[in-house]
Parts: sequence; C-alpha cells; structure tokens
Amino acid sequence: MMKFDKDRLILGAAGPVLALVSSFVLTVLVLLATGLDPIEPIRIMIENAGYSDIQVLIVNQTGIYYLAALAVAVGFRMNLFNIGVDGQYRLAAMVSALVGASVELPGPLHILLIVLVAMLTGAFWSGIAGILKTTRGVSEVVSTIMLNAIATSLVAWLILPKNFGVQPEGSNNLTTGEIAESGWFPGIDMGQGNGVVYGFTFVALALGVVYWFVLNRTRFGFDLRATGASESAAQASGVDAKRMILTSMLLSGALAGLSGMPTLLGESHTYSLDFPVGVGFTAITIALLGRNHPVGILFAALLFAFLDKASSSLDTFGYPKEITKIMQGIIVIAVVVSYELVRRYGLRRQQQKVGEELAAGGALKTDKEVSA
Amino acid sequence: MGIASAALALSATACGKSSTDAGSSSASDSKNITAAIAYDIGGRGDQSFNDAAYAGLKKAEDELGVKGTEAEPSEGEGDADKVQRLTALARAGNNPVIGVGFAYAPAIAKVAKAYPKTTFGLIDDTSVTAPNIANLVFNEEQGSYLAGVAAAKTSKTGTVGFIGGVEVPLIKKFEAGFAQGVKDTNPKAKVLVQYLTQPPNFDGFSKPDLGKAAAQGQLDKGADVIYAAAGLAGSGSIEAAAAADKWAIGVDSDQYNQAGLASYKDHILTSVTKDVSDSVFNLIKSVKDGKPQSGEIRYGLAQDGVGLSESNPAYKKMTDVIAAVNEAKKNIVDGKITVKTAP
Repeated sequence: MMKFDKDRLILGAAGPVLALVSSFVLTVLVLLATGLDPIEPIRIMIENAGYSDIQVLIVNQTGIYYLAALAVAVGFRMNLFNIGVDGQYRLAAMVSALVGASVELPGPLHILLIVLVAMLTGAFWSGIAGILKTTRGVSEVVSTIMLNAIATSLVAWLILPKNFGVQPEGSNNLTTGEIAESGWFPGIDMGQGNGVVYGFTFVALALGVVYWFVLNRTRFGFDLRATGASESAAQASGVDAKRMILTSMLLSGALAGLSGMPTLLGESHTYSLDFPVGVGFTAITIALLGRNHPVGILFAALLFAFLDKASSSLDTFGYPKEITKIMQGIIVIAVVVSYELVRRYGLRRQQQKVGEELAAGGALKTDKEVSA
Repeated sequence: MGIASAALALSATACGKSSTDAGSSSASDSKNITAAIAYDIGGRGDQSFNDAAYAGLKKAEDELGVKGTEAEPSEGEGDADKVQRLTALARAGNNPVIGVGFAYAPAIAKVAKAYPKTTFGLIDDTSVTAPNIANLVFNEEQGSYLAGVAAAKTSKTGTVGFIGGVEVPLIKKFEAGFAQGVKDTNPKAKVLVQYLTQPPNFDGFSKPDLGKAAAQGQLDKGADVIYAAAGLAGSGSIEAAAAADKWAIGVDSDQYNQAGLASYKDHILTSVTKDVSDSVFNLIKSVKDGKPQSGEIRYGLAQDGVGLSESNPAYKKMTDVIAAVNEAKKNIVDGKITVKTAP
C-alpha cells in the first residue's frame, strides 16, 4: 500500500517536472537560435529574485494567481473548463470598486461589502454559463469565452463618465472613483521602499486550505469530484449532476471575483483602464501545472509570478523579457503532453502490475517472474 | 558607446536590486546626464507613440551626449510594478525619468515623493502634480480640428469618416476636434465615427486589419476622407482608402513620409502631428541645462506641438484648403475658436 502511494506521488510529480524541464530546454534552444547567451538571462532572473522589492512583487502576484487558479481548478475538478475567469475577474473588480467607492462604512464592514460584491458579481457572470449549460446544454467553453467579450464591452460601457465612471481632472484615464480608506485592506509594509505585501495574499492562502478541506473532507467535495470523474456514475449514486454543475460554476466565478481583490484592496483602490488584465488566462496554465491540487497550484503560481516579476528588468541587460512568455507558453503545451505521457505510462505500469499479481496468484506453480 | 550603455544598464539594475543594501548612490555620482524612459502598457502597440518618445531620447543622445535607458512594461502589470520600475530607474541616478502615458500617473505620484531631486516627466496627464513633475500634454483636439477643416474642404460627398483605435478619453479628443472642425467648415457634412476596440482590449492600436475593415465600411457609406487615430491599425484604413482612390489622413507622425506606407502615400492627404519626441527632448535638455521643466508643459498649435503636415504635393496644390486651415489655425491660436476635448 505504501509503495503504491509512493509510485503515485512520483508519477504525480513527474508530469510537472517533465513539463518544466522540457520548457526550460526549449527556451534555451530559442535563445541559442537567436544568438543570445542562454544562461545569462536566467542567472539575472535568479539574482533579481534575491532582492526584497522584487520578492514583494512576486509574493503579491502569487496571491493573485493563486486565487484565479483556484477558480479554474474548481471547474477542472468538476470537468468544467471555465475560460471565463478573466472576464469574471474584471467585471467583479469593476463592480465591487464601484460599490466600494460609493459607500463609506466602518473598516471591516466596508471591506466585507466590497469582497461580497466581488464574489457575487463573479458568481453571477459564471452562473450565466452554468445555467446555459444545465438548461440548454451549451458548452461552458463556448459560453464563457463569449461572456469574456461581453464583460469587456459591459465594463467599457459602465466606466464611461456619462454612466458610472469618473475621469479625474487632467487625466486621460477613466476610473470608478477612489475607495475611501476604510475599504483598504491593510498590508505589511516591508519598509525602505520595498513595497507592501497585500494583506489579501493571506486570505488567498487561507482559501487554499478551505479549497482542500471542502474538496477532500466534505460530502459536497466528494460529490463534486465524483461528478467530475463520471457524471452518469454520480447520478446513479444519487448526485444531482445539474446542481453540481451550477454550484461549481458559481463557486468558480466567486473565486474569480476574489482574484481581483489583492490589487483592488491593497494597491489601486479603484478600477481604471489600466487595471491588470489577463490574470484569468495565466491562471488556466497555473491550475494545469499545479494539477488542481492546492499545494501544486501554490508552487505553480509562485513559479509564474517569479517568471513575470524577475524578468521585468531583463531588457535593460539587452535580453528580451518575452523569453519568459515563451517559457510560459511552452509550459502550457509541455504540461498537456507530459501529463498524457505520464498518464499512459502509469496506466501501462498499473496494468503490468495487475498482470504480474494475477500471474503470481493465478499460476502458483511458475517460479519464473517477469521483472519490470 | 556600447560599453557605456552596458555599464549604465548594469548600474541601473544593480541599484534596482539594492533595496536590501542601502548604499546605492554610487551610480549617481556622474556629471553625465542619464535619461530614462519607461514605456506605457496603455500605449502598447501604439507604435507611433512609444517610438516618438524614443526618437526624442535618441535625439538627446545624439545632440546632448545624454545617455539613455529604456524600460518596457510587462503584460498585465499593475501600479506596483510601475512603482518598482520607476524607483529602480530613479535610484540608478537617471534624471529625468519619463513615464510615457497616463497609466504612469499613480506610480509617478508615489516615486516623485521619494526622489525629490529627480525630475519626472509624465506624458498625457496633468492629474498628479509636484515641483519635480513635468506634465507633458498635447492639444490633440486642435490638430484634429485642422484635419476636420481639411477633410470638409476636400470631401466631395459631404461624408467623412473618423476611426478611433481604442475608445479611451485620449482618442475621443481626436474625435471631438475633428468633428468640430468638419461641422464648423461645412455644417451639412456628415461625420461617421467608429472605434475599433474597447479597453482593456488594445488591439485597436495594433491590428491593421481592424482599421481596414472599419474604413471599408465607411467608404461603403459614402465617406471620401477618412481620418484614423489608431496607431498601427490606422495603416489599414490608409490602405483601404488608397485602394478606393479616396483620401486618408494620418496621425501622430507625418505618415506621408513613412517608408512602410510609401505605396499609399499619394492618398495620404495630410497627417495630424503630435510632437512627443520634441517634448521628451526638451525635458531632457532642460534638466541638462540645470533648469528642469516643472508643472504643465502644454504643446498646442501655438507652440507647434501639434499641427498638420504639408508633405503631399497634391495637398499643397489645394490652396483654398490650405488657406482655410491656416485661418482656422490662426483663430485657434488667437483664442477665437475653442476646440472641445470631448465629443
């Protein structure tokens, strides 16, 4: 029994490791092909990661990615592909910023309100896809992509000065107005201009624990995983699959809504035209790389945050920082390929083992054994 | 030169990291001026804009012996990343440090406080001010007004088109000025308005096929002069207008002289120029001369910071158009015409 678990652990780690190694090798090849020193940029990045201001950026970005990737992972565990995390994230950030800026409440209540509005908005947006899926059988892949585009237009319309937006005097930006200080989530100031670690990062980590607990230690989590593994089997055992689909879509959207909170509550305190975008797409890769496991996702989020932030000064050294984008892109492909390879290998190994055991048990007289 | 800039780059980043150890003033001991530009994510893809800023830096390198550093933003970054980048540039002893685009406003407000001896340039924004911030802003609407006058005068169908890259307030200034110029010249004229994308989708500044399709649509509706304020995407609308043997109006730089558009240049009536490069150059020069610019530095028609190019010989022959444009220009400079900044 122990041995089997160890095998599983090794196999589980083999996928990501294989993906990372191959993406690393391919990136080095790309650098070589363009006539650049392949090792120097990586050395610079590692050196950058040693400095505290970069570390603060990495930690903060990890929290953002972690939340968004959890949102994707909830869907994945249920066999749902929520590509709409980015749209849910943007819409939720915008609407909650709007609500947050228009009221003034005592500290914790103000923050709670903003967070709740963000979760509800995210859940509402993904819920549309969930309802379409359960009532009309529309693939959530298609509907969430389309909802991303609609979210873009909706936000662009809402933020117009004639609607709810504000154009600060002398600025070419559009914002939702500044949230009063009572709605700022306290962070940890690292001093010396090193920046502030967003307090919400710790909320993100706590949610990782909640995610693990709900999925692995509750009836709901079991139902969710069971439905994800086989909808018909789950239904046969009394699980309402449609309800599960809708619930997990709503959960996924609520988490997506939360992923805008570190930035909104810790840094910008407003939603403006330059609010970071694309988080939801990066999160898909991170969830894949982390195998939907809360700890795996944490490491994947940390890796991607490192790639993003440690590379930011590369071009001052004459290296294009886009190499990290190449690396991230290759990771996406490599992850899919290597997981499939590892899965097949694991399957074959398992079959072999079962075969061996059967052979050993069934043919007691034979001494000869095929060693693996 | 190569070694020098490499050394500079080295010191720049060496200091960027040195947040841990305090003694980082080593880089700023030089008498040489080192200027830094941080490019904008909002302007990402808007080649003409970022390139113009670079042209100003390049000119300063060539003429003033200034050493230049550039820093690019990462995709999907937030204010914290901009603060970190500007801090690294300022700490490395760069002066001035110029943020290209309004997205840098919150970051510059923070960093300028921490580095009061460094001059910060902020292009396209006057919402944050400090003694060591120079707000470099342009009256895009004035240049666009002149384009509207030229378009209304040239149009035979009485229908002209405006194509905006991304629907942001900055581009709406172009639209407002253009439409007003058209209407003031020919009240019966029709202005078709189309935006290519909405933020945060900035494809409308970078994808020529979008500009081409939009221009095609306006041509089908009878437009015979099309003004595109859409960065690189505008080249698509110039192509479409040229193919239909109609007029196009360029933007930012004099597009008649742009190598990439050489085959369509006969159809580029004129271009609305926005002299970002000069504004960058002037700021660097002022710091070098020891009299750093501060506060709002406005580049309008009066300062020739915006204007209308006259490189197309066909345009030069249209004396009545040029006369009308010059009169409008005079009226704006004299304050007889006030151009709206929002449609």
